[in-house]
Amino acid sequence: MTTPAQPFVILLVEDEMADAHLVKLALTENQIPAVVEHVLDGREALEYLRRQTARFAEAVRPDLILLDLNMPRLDGREFLAAVKQDAALQAIPVVALSTSAVERDIVGAYRLGAAGYITKPVDVADFITEIRQLTQYWMSLVRLPKHR
Amino acid sequence: MKPLAPRLRLLIVEDEPGDSRLLQFAIVRNGFAADVREACDGYEALRYLRKESPHWAAEARPDLILLDLKMPGQSGLDFLAAIKQDESLRKIPVVVVTTSLLEADVRAAYQLGAAGYVQKPADLREFIAAVRILCEYWFQLVCLPPRSDD
Repeated sequence: MTTPAQPFVILLVEDEMADAHLVKLALTENQIPAVVEHVLDGREALEYLRRQTARFAEAVRPDLILLDLNMPRLDGREFLAAVKQDAALQAIPVVALSTSAVERDIVGAYRLGAAGYITKPVDVADFITEIRQLTQYWMSLVRLPKHR
Repeated sequence: MKPLAPRLRLLIVEDEPGDSRLLQFAIVRNGFAADVREACDGYEALRYLRKESPHWAAEARPDLILLDLKMPGQSGLDFLAAIKQDESLRKIPVVVVTTSLLEADVRAAYQLGAAGYVQKPADLREFIAAVRILCEYWFQLVCLPPRSDD
């Protein structure tokens, strides 16, 4: 649970701009006051989390990471493995967001430490419902580690 | 989105039978269906998951584990660490459901690989509402690994 002074921050790792817009749209439609930090691939996401470049010097540590699995450069699986092997980052929950419902991808994501695996539905109304359920779980129900 | 929530297999690791019954009541009350197995501590839960008794040999692995932290014998966090270090069990998501307010427990649970940390509300109505959100997430929203006994 967050206080108004500390907005809930989601790091969205997604190479498709249209999909990133859909996530933001779904949050707005559900009137969810989360801040979305959007990066385009796993390498950029690690730079963000580790504040490795000037652009991310002031980066805010996210409460939740939403991760597309199929991306150029460092893909979602490699990124997930890197986060879960990094003692400074491993407590941040990562939820996979994918178009693939292939068993191998689902098992692989959980084995690497994903805290959920969501398929992107074709229907926007369904996606809005998904994002509502997702944020109710992570923003209203569960306690997350304090870090700021 | 799945139109109808599937029936999930749950393992509840909880030393208080009353708390486990209340959790099961809240699941049903919210319109979800689960096949529930109970273990009274981490040792029993690990024996069950590793099928270390002929009684459990034919049992499929659970889809989701709900874990209390305060138990006699092996602590919930030790159990969580054991599961996440076990190649054949680590894919099963574990959600901590506890009364503990300790920030150290919250952090440790996520570091060890918990997929959520739910603080049990004392009020019954709030508890049922909390279980509804929990069930919507795990029964309806997310895809879970297929059941296999590898």
